Amino acid sequence: MSTYILRRLVLFVPTLVGASILIFVLMRLVPGDIAEILVYQTGSESSAVQKKQIQQIRRELGLERPIVTQYVDWIAAAVRGDFGQSYVQRRPVMDILRERFPRSMELALLTLVLAIAWAIPLGVISAVRQNGPLDYLARLVSLSGLSLPLFFTGALILYGLVRVFHWLPPLEFVSFTEDPLENLKQLIWPALAQAYYISAPITRLTRSQMLEVVRQDYVRTARAKGLAERTVIYRHALRNSLLPVVTFIGWWGGRLLGGLVIMEIIFVVPGMGSALIQAVSQRDYPTVQAMVFVMALVFLGLNLAIDLLYVWLDPRIRYA
Amino acid sequence: MTGAVGRFVRGQPLGAAGAVVVLTLIGVALLAPLLAPHGPKETGFATYVAPSREFPMGTDQVGRDVLSRVIWGARLSLYVGLVSVVFGITLGALWGVVTGYVGGATDTGSQRIVDCLMALPPIILALSLMAALGQSVNNVILSLVILLTPTAVRTVRAVALGVAATPFIEAAEAAGASRARIVVRHLIPNCMASYIVLVTTNISYAIVVEASLSFIGAGAPPDEPSWGGMLAQGIQALETAPWMVFFPGLAISLAVFGLNLLGDSIRDLTDPRLRGGLG
Repeated sequence: MSTYILRRLVLFVPTLVGASILIFVLMRLVPGDIAEILVYQTGSESSAVQKKQIQQIRRELGLERPIVTQYVDWIAAAVRGDFGQSYVQRRPVMDILRERFPRSMELALLTLVLAIAWAIPLGVISAVRQNGPLDYLARLVSLSGLSLPLFFTGALILYGLVRVFHWLPPLEFVSFTEDPLENLKQLIWPALAQAYYISAPITRLTRSQMLEVVRQDYVRTARAKGLAERTVIYRHALRNSLLPVVTFIGWWGGRLLGGLVIMEIIFVVPGMGSALIQAVSQRDYPTVQAMVFVMALVFLGLNLAIDLLYVWLDPRIRYA
Repeated sequence: MTGAVGRFVRGQPLGAAGAVVVLTLIGVALLAPLLAPHGPKETGFATYVAPSREFPMGTDQVGRDVLSRVIWGARLSLYVGLVSVVFGITLGALWGVVTGYVGGATDTGSQRIVDCLMALPPIILALSLMAALGQSVNNVILSLVILLTPTAVRTVRAVALGVAATPFIEAAEAAGASRARIVVRHLIPNCMASYIVLVTTNISYAIVVEASLSFIGAGAPPDEPSWGGMLAQGIQALETAPWMVFFPGLAISLAVFGLNLLGDSIRDLTDPRLRGGLG
């Protein structure tokens, strides 16, 4: 077991570094950089003057140095928690992260809680009443959740809110610590739309796992010794069915931070996703790199945590 | 032939319903120039006309016929979905089979590259790729290929490893078959089932990613009839012209629903544990 854990830990760092190199290089392949954008936006001088200005800005930002040097400097500072200055907002990227990260994180957590609270019971009911009307209803609901693209569900909810409640996306974001109720009012709709989407695969997986587990011998034994059906399902069968479901939820949870982009746009939540899109279009390399780095870190960290949790939960892996 | 179709309909009624939707989609895509009353980029009608006899799905913010754009959108979606999936999954599958069989440092190295690609949120990776490549339909396809390849590498490599461990591969090696021959004659045919499942289940995914990219303004150029792009333009005028959101949204949902139903039943048919029925 210890070699397994060690292997997982050792793989974590190179993957994170690799992913950050990937985005670093990718951003520098984007045509046009911040210097050009700044100069061509404001300038009306002759092209010779503009060229000079561009070169000066590049020199100030260190953009004329070899890309390898740039990367090494960046990652060395990043591990110390310094992501540099945003080119556009002219303040430390860390400040932007501190502002945006909690919002997206809260939205992601709210989404996960809603999705789990609804998807797992639905999956269990669907399996227990296999081929009954409830099962068909549950399967239809989850398959439609899988087929309705996020931006369409989001748009429909927004339309309903606008038409029925005359609700408009708020112009200013209220944080949970400022006003919990107002904050939840802003986040509940994007969270519901996103939760409906991700609950579909969770329901399907819970159902198929339950169907497999309830046919196993130990479940038959539990029934044979006269346990109540409730106890058999919830204490014996569900626990074993949930292992792959937990992995799957962890995987989705790690993806959410980046996947919330669309909801953030539709419901005007100033989170990481919307900031990232803006930063990409403005060629604000430090902001893009930091945000993608954090997203990859959360994704890989969560996967690692799930893998370790799995080892702890399932003795078959522990002693294999 | 009719016998096989009949068995499929009886054994997989939902899959058959999905097949009908998908065939309709293909038909609409192929016949778009005949079916659409106007050109997809043709402007000059009144703006924001509500659905009427003349414009069954209304018109949009620059006076284009929404129905025509939805019809042409089927062609765009299907083209992007099919081409990117066929290229991406084929590339990934070949990569997975070869590295899985060769093993050693090649395999470890390729697995680490796949890890890195999969550590980035897909929509963010696609967005950055589109920023680097520039907005065009073919660049959307290229981004999707890069997005889809790692998944296929993962899945097919696992299958190939399983096949490579079976005695008949050992027998082929003992008989002196070259590595290339083993890969081409033995491994690839035995990975076909999972390849087909990957292709059918990922077309709907690719269509949704294309629409999502166009929705956030990083996909096809705005005048192209992309369902996602149309929806994004519609959201700007949600109160005055909800039809601009409703019809493209409905089209993409229907297409994805049909593809999912068909993909599900193809997966069931190729899974030996669930086989039976098609005989």
